[in-house]
Formats: sequence, structure tokens, C-alpha cells
Amino acid sequence: MTAESTTAENVQRISMFKVLNPFHVWALGVGIVLVGEFMGWNFSVAKGGAYGALIACWVIGLLYSCVAMIDSEVTSTVAAAGGQYTQAKHIIGPLMAFNVGLYLVMAYTMLEAADALIVGDLMTAVAAATGYEGLNPQPFVVLTIAFLAWLNYRGVFMTLTVNFVITLFAFLAIIALFVGSDPLNPGSVLKHSELLTELPYGWIGVVAALQFGMWYYLGIEGTCQAAEEVRSAGRAIPLGTIGGILTLLVAATLTWYVSTGLMPWQYLGQATTPLYDAASIIGNPSLQVVLFIGTMFAAIASANGCINDAARAWFSMGRDRYMPTWFGAIHPHYRTPFRAIIFLIPIAVSFAFTGLLDQVITFSILSGLLGYTFMSINMMKFRKMWPLGVIKRGYIHPFHPIPALVLLGLCSVVYFATFLGYGASLLSIMAFYIVASVWFVMRRYQFVKRGDQFTMPWPRPKGY
Amino acid sequence: MIWWDILSYAAWIISGLLLLWILADAISVSREFDEELLVSSREGADELLEQIKKEEGVR
Repeated sequence: MTAESTTAENVQRISMFKVLNPFHVWALGVGIVLVGEFMGWNFSVAKGGAYGALIACWVIGLLYSCVAMIDSEVTSTVAAAGGQYTQAKHIIGPLMAFNVGLYLVMAYTMLEAADALIVGDLMTAVAAATGYEGLNPQPFVVLTIAFLAWLNYRGVFMTLTVNFVITLFAFLAIIALFVGSDPLNPGSVLKHSELLTELPYGWIGVVAALQFGMWYYLGIEGTCQAAEEVRSAGRAIPLGTIGGILTLLVAATLTWYVSTGLMPWQYLGQATTPLYDAASIIGNPSLQVVLFIGTMFAAIASANGCINDAARAWFSMGRDRYMPTWFGAIHPHYRTPFRAIIFLIPIAVSFAFTGLLDQVITFSILSGLLGYTFMSINMMKFRKMWPLGVIKRGYIHPFHPIPALVLLGLCSVVYFATFLGYGASLLSIMAFYIVASVWFVMRRYQFVKRGDQFTMPWPRPKGY
Repeated sequence: MIWWDILSYAAWIISGLLLLWILADAISVSREFDEELLVSSREGADELLEQIKKEEGVR
């Protein structure tokens, strides 16, 4: 953990603390995602029925397994904040990097706003249950964002330690629900034989369900943002990321199994809090309390991880002058990207105050999807420019190029699925990024010092 | 119920205090420290890079 380092030219430099371990990386990735198990994934049931949702769960699970493997390999060589933005900068080029940076900031900031909205809505629900109708959720939305921003501002170690504790609780809540549903005696509590039906809208319904299958895993790629603060990027990032995707595959499958065994697809497809509803149907009050706290913790952990990741992506863009350098500052005591954290607070609050949870989440998912499409191309170029053995890798993913090709193919199918349900949103998001790209090329790129962006001591790429 | 009204006001007040603290600290840090130092960080390095340097040194 270096307080301040001095380079060969005797220039004082400030750096982030390297204090994180694989458990923090796991907490960052799983923490961002797990709220999707508590709510959101079930919209896939409305599109494809129970079996359609299971196909979406596993097909999108395959997509994210490819994401996790690719991310683990590339990030184990790039010990820098910024995640996929930094990868794009080194491997593809400035315009791609700018776009990927924007995808990351938009995806995480919007997801953070959605998480805060969920906390506010849960408080309103508790108030209604205690006889106080119409509680304004806004003070609780702002408190969630303000408290988590304060935590992030004060240091990454405490931020992600808190995330580890509350994420683990939320994961154990899902396990408790599974155990409480008496899975060893099918038919006693879980009624799959009565509730599972054929595909209600055929295979086109299954394709449409894929978009909502992303809720099970959206955000696991966020582990990369911790690369500059882990003690060893080569070891911690692959361990935390692969451990994270395995956790999510288990959690997603258990979630589907318990929910579809308790609720008919017509109800499940539009439920707001399906896991809490499942606990209510089982009728165990302790389980209900655990699932309520689990839902609350999952939303808070997700918002916490999103603040961490969005701030690091924004900070990295500032450090490379893709955005004003002012944002590239590190706090001299807490060693956090403090100005990036502050800058994103009003943006998250503004998104949250719109109250448009659906639109906010759709924008977040589409920004993530654009990022995954980039990752498949990125991986192909990475192996071509720096073949195995040329640079040290902390993790080498197997079967290359199959995961990259599978990822690209699955992303194309999900674009089609998204177009079916949210065509206008997809086109408007594309238009937003095209306009932003034009601004970057025409106005911003002149401020970028090309040589200063590349400080990683990598060998010259093959063919250059 | 008055309890929820109190809780709502408390949430606004705590949020305001936290955001004010963050803002005040950021301003004081920006005044106290040189801007060049605050924006002086470079992309990180870990033990893999150290290993590469050592190997290159051996060659």
C-alpha cells in the first residue's frame, strides 16, 4: 500500500490504495447483480412462460460466462481502473474507448438510480403495511445515494467490505428460501407438476424473454473496475469474477426453481418482488423478514457497487483527458476518485427522481449490451496483438475463440429480442452514442495527449 | 402516522449533512493540495508487471 510514490524523474505521484482481495472483487460483481434475482428477472416469465424463463436464464448465463472468462483474462493483464474502457483504449482505440467509457458510466449510474428507487419503494411499502399510505419515497432515495456516495468517498476497503457482508446476506436469503421450500419433497410445497405449462407464446416468446434474462447477471463485468485497487490483479480479478458468475448461476437457477414452483406464470410475470412473494406463500414469517431484508440489502449493495464502478470509469476518462482532467483527481487521504464520485451524485438523483424505473433499467441494459458486443471484438484483437506468451496473464481462458464468437452471436440475438420489445429505446440510445462520438471526435479528442494514455509497460503489439 | 413523517424529515436532514460534508471536504482538499499532485496518478501496476520487469532484467 503506497502512500505516495516517487518516480525516476522525482515527480511526486498519488495512487489508489491496493487493499482489495478476491472476496471484495466477488462482492463488487455479485453485489451489483444480485438485486436482479429479487426482482426484474421475472419479466422474462411474462414473455416466455416458466420454461422460456429457464431457457433465458441459462442462455444468458452462457453469455455472461463468456463475459466473465474474457474479462478475467484481459483484466488480469491490465492493472488499471476503468475496466473495459481501459481495455478498449489499449486494444482498439480512442473512439471505441470513449464509447465504452460512456456505456459504463451510463449503465452503472442508471442502475444506481433504479436501485435507489427500489429502496424508496420498499420503504413506501413498509409504511403502507403499517397503516401509513402514500409515503413519499424521495427522501429515502436521496438518503440511499448520499450515504453510499459518502461511504465510497471515504475509502474503497470499507465500501466493499460492507458490500461483501450485505451481498452474502442476500445470497444466503435465497438459499434459505430454497431450503424453506422443502425441495426434497416435490409436491408438498413446490407444485411444478401443476404450474409448469407449455410455452405460452411459442419460441418467439422465448427470444423476447432473453432481454429480461439479463437481469440475472447484469453487472458482473463490474469486477474489472477494482483492478487498480486489488493487491494482485492477476490473481484477485479472475478468482473474484469466476467465483461471482458461478454464484450467480446457482442463485439464478434456485430463484427460477422456487418461484415457478409456487406461482403461476401469469402472476409471476408481473410480480414486483417475486422472491418476497414466494416467502409469503410458504407462510413462514421469519423467512418473510429475511427475504424483505435480503431484497433491501441487494438493492443497497447494487447501488453501492454501481457508485464505485461509475466513478472509476469516469475518473479514468478524466485521467486520460477524454473528459476534463479535473475529474482524474484522487483524494490524498482516502485515495478515492472523489471528484468523479461527487459529479455523479446529482446525475443519479436526477435519474431516480424521474421515477421511470422501466426506462432507466432499459437504458442501463442496452448500454451493458453494447459493452459486451465490444468485448467479443476486443478479445479477438487482444489475442492477435499479444498472443499467449508475449505478456504475462494471470488467467488464460480456454477454447479461444469460441467464447468470443458465442458472446457475439448471443449479443446479436439479444439485440433482436430488445428490438421486439423496446425498438424505440434501442434506436434512441444508438443515436445518443453516435452524437456523443461526433462530439468526442470534433471537440474533445484534441485535448487528449496520446502518449500519456499508455503508461502500461506492455511490449509492442504484434504487427505494429 | 407521525413516526413516518419524522423519519422522512430525518432522511432529508441526514442526506443534506452527508452531502455537505462531502462537498466541504472536497473543497478543503482542493485548496490544501496542489492540483498537479491530485491528478498525478498513472495506470496501476501489480506483481505481474514486477515479474516482467525482473525477467527483462535477467535477460
